[in-house]
Amino acid sequence: MDFSFTETQGMLRDSLARYLRERYDFDSRQKMLAMPGGRDPAIWKAFAEELGILGAGFPEEHGGLGGGHVDHMVIMEELGRAIAIEPYLDTCIVGGGALLAAGGDHAATLIPGIIAGDVIIAFAWAEPKSRYNPARIETRATADGAGWTLSGHKSVVIAAPYATHVLVTARTGGASGERDGVSLFLVEAGTAGITRRDYPTVDGWMASELFFERANVGPHALLGAEGQAMGLVDELLDRATAATCAEAAGTMRRLHELTLDYAKQRQQFGQPISKFQVIQHRLVDMLMEAEQAVSMAYQATLRLDLRAAERARAVSQAKAKIAKGARFLGQSAIQIHGGIGITNELAAGHYFKRLTMLESRYGDQDHHLARLEAMMMAEAA
Amino acid sequence: MDLAFTPEERAFRDEVRAFIADNYPAELRGKQDEGEELGKEDMLSWHRILYRKGWVAPAWPTEYGGPGWSATQRYIFSEELARADTIPVLPFGINMVGPVIYTFGTPAQKERFLPRILSGDDWWCQGYSEPGAGSDLASLRTRAERVGDHYVVNGQKTWTTLAQHADWGFFLVRTDPAAKPQEGISFLLIDMTSPGVTVRPIITLGGEHEVNEVWLENVKVPVENRIFEENKGWTCAKFLLAHERTGIAGVARSKRGIERLKGIARAELDDTGQPLLANPFFRRKVAELECDLTALEFTELRTLAGEASGKGPGPESSLLKVKGTEIQQRITELVLEAVGQYGAPYFRAFPEGSNESPIGPAHAHRAAPTYFNMRKTSIYGGSNEIQRNIIAKMVLGL
Ligand SMILES: Cc1cc2nc3c(=O)[nH]c(=O)nc-3n(C[C@H](O)[C@H](O)[C@H](O)COP(=O)(O)OP(=O)(O)OC[C@H]3O[C@@H](n4cnc5c(N)ncnc54)[C@H](O)[C@@H]3O)c2cc1C
Repeated sequence: MDFSFTETQGMLRDSLARYLRERYDFDSRQKMLAMPGGRDPAIWKAFAEELGILGAGFPEEHGGLGGGHVDHMVIMEELGRAIAIEPYLDTCIVGGGALLAAGGDHAATLIPGIIAGDVIIAFAWAEPKSRYNPARIETRATADGAGWTLSGHKSVVIAAPYATHVLVTARTGGASGERDGVSLFLVEAGTAGITRRDYPTVDGWMASELFFERANVGPHALLGAEGQAMGLVDELLDRATAATCAEAAGTMRRLHELTLDYAKQRQQFGQPISKFQVIQHRLVDMLMEAEQAVSMAYQATLRLDLRAAERARAVSQAKAKIAKGARFLGQSAIQIHGGIGITNELAAGHYFKRLTMLESRYGDQDHHLARLEAMMMAEAA
Repeated sequence: MDLAFTPEERAFRDEVRAFIADNYPAELRGKQDEGEELGKEDMLSWHRILYRKGWVAPAWPTEYGGPGWSATQRYIFSEELARADTIPVLPFGINMVGPVIYTFGTPAQKERFLPRILSGDDWWCQGYSEPGAGSDLASLRTRAERVGDHYVVNGQKTWTTLAQHADWGFFLVRTDPAAKPQEGISFLLIDMTSPGVTVRPIITLGGEHEVNEVWLENVKVPVENRIFEENKGWTCAKFLLAHERTGIAGVARSKRGIERLKGIARAELDDTGQPLLANPFFRRKVAELECDLTALEFTELRTLAGEASGKGPGPESSLLKVKGTEIQQRITELVLEAVGQYGAPYFRAFPEGSNESPIGPAHAHRAAPTYFNMRKTSIYGGSNEIQRNIIAKMVLGL
């Protein structure tokens, strides 16, 4: 057993952490949110050019650094500490993962673009009625000459307003809820027939509703076999969920630190509020949740390459645990801050908002517990 | 013991219900359910209607304009208001400074201020908290120095709710810096248009402008605007804190909140496509919440029965505050869970009056901001930690 990081991973963490400390402090982040488009595109470029981290998880033959899930985890934890609004998960982990799985020309042309910071991929898997079930989709793709025609509505697609490409799930057969008949497409954002409704999210990201109205795409847009994408979609969602766990762990650790600092400094009744035992215990409980979140992020990440059922169990355990812990930690942080915690002026409130959204991203606690229970039911039968 | 209301009480309930149905302004209906930010005139319109009926200040003695109701009638009245989802009458005038003035004020002060509180002509704000004095209110530092027939006030207040609309504020200020903390404080009424008063917005997590900083720089306040004796302001403050806590359980509003939650959970689908309310995980959480609310309701009714038989609101009100706020917060948690991914879009950033098609179902629009906003309830009005300290000390004698 070995929980240590490689030298490359250590350097990755250090250089990203330093960059985020210097360029992505709370005030800078606030300024980015206020920019036209709701972000600073120069940061993503710097991730590619100054830090060279966008290739961390890609094989060397594609120009990457040859890392894997653990490298992603390291990066996500640091992004979480800074509550960064950068589409690493969407582009490098999910988009990149789909391209590597598909291989061929797509991978050869687009992966270097990702690594260079020119290609940004958004993942459009959810729909208004899907809740957290990726098979409950109604978007359709019909064969059209050599290519495909897509029609449907994808909801809350993170990073879509500035993405160059969209990874879309659509039905080439079957009915909503069925696993058979789901296909995966990679389409260019500017394709005729795709309209966007862009908006900010409560935690500072940009997202879109995507409407496909008979959008025509070429034959190469289909990734993998027609109607058989659910296996890959599950895998991509499990990776995204594990990455979200790592991000949440970073956010939780940082929010715990911010709260501890505040409690030591805030004086009431002639003493720091950190002297009150009820506050001490709450800070201890928060620490325990943050540490368990880190443990669960490791656990899920290290099991991503197991068989589908074992992978799912590991990931859902992590997410269920972290969703609950994140809520407790976020609420406790606000409570300990008192009035100042509910203002937009302090970083703590923004960490709380982000954690609240991470709770349910790629499935909330109920979703993941239900997934675990379904496996138990299968064992009991 | 008997749970049923008497025939007279039932008749009273029907009268109140009919009055609300006939008089509640149509344009306000439902606004609250969607958590829309209300303007000054929104908030005042219902106040004025109740005022004209003589019902705006249920707890006030009849000589000052109260309706002379029993504790049970007041309870029925507040239940009916919540049931109909009316906009709450703002507490600062009616529930807070009004009772202080009729209890501690001079005849001239009563005559000057009480009628305008009732009518809604004056909007009041509460200037207690300071950056350095929150839970430990007695450590407040805003200074008032006596110069002839007025005080000169300097200092900073914060978290002052809706001060941006206020005509008047009631302030705790230090008049004797040498005395023990609680003993050198006075209770001053300050005209918010006085030179030297500056109100600055504080924006909260959901983007609302609900609270403010209030800066006081050499503000001249006539001595006649002091309530009660100099350096005895803490007596007024303590009296007022007891008033602030009654009704804080919010049972009727939470009942309404749970009904709304169930409506949302009937409309939302779970992962398998059935209504979320039929989902075993979700429906269990709602059932548990209803148990909590019933327990709170009957605890409040027992307190009320105690009050009706002559016991004043005691430290039990701290219990009502803690449990009441936990339930209010839990409702907003479950609403946010219920709306799933459509909790994420942030609507306040949309241009005013934009008529683009909405994103997601209407019931989802304010789910996240409301959840964020309701964290305040366990912080203000004496934080839930402070309430537990009170129970430990006053009830358990620890
Ligand atoms: C939305 C909102 C509206 C408000 N409106 C008004 C208003 O109109 N007028 C007004 O005057 N004030 C108002 N307040 C202020 C409110 O009364 C204070 O926020 C409250 O008293 C807590 O003070 P604080 O925020 O300074 O927190 P602190 O007192 O700094 O508390 C921080 C944390 O320490 C804990 N703590 C403090 N002392 C103890 C102790 N002895 N034992 C254990 N734990 C302790 C608290 O419970 C809290 O968790 C408002 C506040 C909010 C959030």
